[in-house]
Amino acid sequence: MADKSQVCSVWVGSETGILKGVSLSKKQAFNFCEMSCLSRDQEVCVLGWGDQHETEVLVGSVNGTVKTFSTEKGIFTETRQCGESTQGRFTGLAVTDSALITCVETGLLRVWKEGSTDTVEINAGTNVCRMRQNPSQRNQVATGGKENGLKVWDLERPETPIFTSKNVRNDWLDLRVPEWVRDMAFIPDSDKIVTCTGHHQVRVYDPASPQRRPVLEAHFGEYPLTALSLPANQDSVVVGNTHGELAILDLRKGLVRGCLKGMAGGVRGLQCHPSLPLVASCGLDRFLRVHSLEDRSLQHKVYLKSRLNCVLLSSKDLELSSSAVTGDVEEVKEEGGEVDEVWDTMEMINDQAKKRATDEEEAVVTGVEKTTKKRKVVK
Amino acid sequence: MDVVEEHDIQDKPTKKKTKKPKKQPKPPHENGNESMIEKTEPEHVDPPAEFSFPPTFSVSEIKNKQRRHLMFMKLKQEKRKQKVAMKKKKKKERDALGDKAPPKEVPKTIENQRVYDETTVNPEDEEVAFDEGTDEFSAYFNRLTNPKVLITTSDRPRGRTVRFCNQLATVIPDAHVYYRRGLALKKVIPQCIARGFTYLLVINEDRKVPNGMVLCHLPDGPTAHFKVSSVRLRKEMKRRGKDPTEHSPEVILNNFTTRLGHNMGRLFAALFPHDPQFVGRQVATFHNQRDFIFFRFHRYIFKNEKRVGMQELGPRFTLKLRSLQKGTFDSKFGEYEWVLKRHENDVCRRRFNL
Repeated sequence: MADKSQVCSVWVGSETGILKGVSLSKKQAFNFCEMSCLSRDQEVCVLGWGDQHETEVLVGSVNGTVKTFSTEKGIFTETRQCGESTQGRFTGLAVTDSALITCVETGLLRVWKEGSTDTVEINAGTNVCRMRQNPSQRNQVATGGKENGLKVWDLERPETPIFTSKNVRNDWLDLRVPEWVRDMAFIPDSDKIVTCTGHHQVRVYDPASPQRRPVLEAHFGEYPLTALSLPANQDSVVVGNTHGELAILDLRKGLVRGCLKGMAGGVRGLQCHPSLPLVASCGLDRFLRVHSLEDRSLQHKVYLKSRLNCVLLSSKDLELSSSAVTGDVEEVKEEGGEVDEVWDTMEMINDQAKKRATDEEEAVVTGVEKTTKKRKVVK
Repeated sequence: MDVVEEHDIQDKPTKKKTKKPKKQPKPPHENGNESMIEKTEPEHVDPPAEFSFPPTFSVSEIKNKQRRHLMFMKLKQEKRKQKVAMKKKKKKERDALGDKAPPKEVPKTIENQRVYDETTVNPEDEEVAFDEGTDEFSAYFNRLTNPKVLITTSDRPRGRTVRFCNQLATVIPDAHVYYRRGLALKKVIPQCIARGFTYLLVINEDRKVPNGMVLCHLPDGPTAHFKVSSVRLRKEMKRRGKDPTEHSPEVILNNFTTRLGHNMGRLFAALFPHDPQFVGRQVATFHNQRDFIFFRFHRYIFKNEKRVGMQELGPRFTLKLRSLQKGTFDSKFGEYEWVLKRHENDVCRRRFNL
């Protein structure tokens, strides 16, 4: 079990309550579930990383429990009851230092501190569809829902939101435009937030600017947009709708850059890889698809037998399998013997390369390998 | 006279060769000699080993329509003769070998060549069994509810559609036909649920002919949208039996192998009461072939252990699934589990979804 979970680079939660781990390099999918106590009320609503090093996956279910799954050990280590099923499904799960933030559909946003039982509670309105955390400022969260505009909350000051959005002006018939925020994301390196709505609009809000109305609005398709993700490079956003249409939109002008083909069912979960130009999508057609963002081609397609609700990508390189990592390391060691002080000042990498190497370590390994290869040719 | 006769004999063969001299100056002389002896092989002259022949003459280069037609007919007859000769030869060889003959080759059909679909359901799969055991149809399959169907049409239906609905109501037990009166489906659905209906069947009509069907499983179940074609009412069926009786028919579901196919099969099965004791010898068949679902309604009688007599009664129609939506009917804001996308499905002729 442990070795299976250590290889998995994509985690998917399904409607039957099973957490599935997929290893794209080995092209295998594994089910991680607690014995045979499957039931529909354990349906996975949200997935999130438990910590910065991505060793723990937090799984939120319909019945209000949040389970912690350890990727190193391959088992569920902890279960916490964070609310009942009467309060609605989880719509967001996040972790700050030692505290767990959960939000349900009825709008109750709670911060569960480690150890103590009392919680900080915020009422984020009714019908909340999604709650997301700001990856750079971890005490800021954004919520939005049906007829419930985008609100950004600071957890230090739970009484009022630090930013409340305003609805756009009345349309050309002077009718109020309905609003339905389905998903949102914080744009890194700036204060802006991009949201996608159930009325096929994509809007960008800027809390730094004096206007509370959206700074940019774009339209895509005719069906509700259900999921949104920001790729590693700036200025674009990937959205998915209920018909399985995935599109890459440009945020400078709001035009469609291209569509990713293949999905046949509604998109439920979408996530872009933090560094590589890849996007993973899962939905009601029971497939996990990984597309490349540069040429919009399908890289991987995995059939997972239940309807899928959420997807979580790890930051490690998806194609790198364990044997390749050890191969690179050995080459580095051999070449290191005969060369300059430059290489000596660099950190020696251990023989047992950690399976979860961080991005910097990998960059070093590949960089060294490339330059040493060049030297061989010259000689 | 001689001149005339020669001219006559040379008439047809030289007609073929008129084009040749323009292209290749050298060979036609030799070919001319050969062709006068044998009038056959208008285009395929086997090249001798020493020199390679330029591309042969084809029938389409004759500009005169009548002569071209004659040449083409000749060509076809030659081909047919060759084919018959080959067949005869093969049959002779097969008879000569007797028992040791190699098995007959199976001809390739699109169904044979179907690309393996990875969503094909394996009967022993636990996860799929759990999923199907707890989905929206579980109430029906656990014998907790009996089906009750409401049949209606799009607004202002014409005669053919009305008759089709009435005939469907005789086929499906406990079905009620209601006039649509321009009501919105989203408002009809809560009323149906309140009155205990389990299915809503809406036949859409276009230009006086039924062409679409929306089948919605009621408490919160999936909604399927089909394209209906080839509708034959009872009057139009040849050699049909008497009208169906009130007995519940048996249901036969053929060839629903993939996951989506399974869902469709359960959708159709839940229209009819679940009763393993068959009374009345009526059977409704939903046969899936190449993603088209053919509906037939028969009455059968076993003449003896091996022979069955069948009479077709009732309407027949063909369905093609266009989309399967997860909740009750909500085409604007609902989430779709599967949508037919023509351009993506037309890429490979041998790949099917059901």
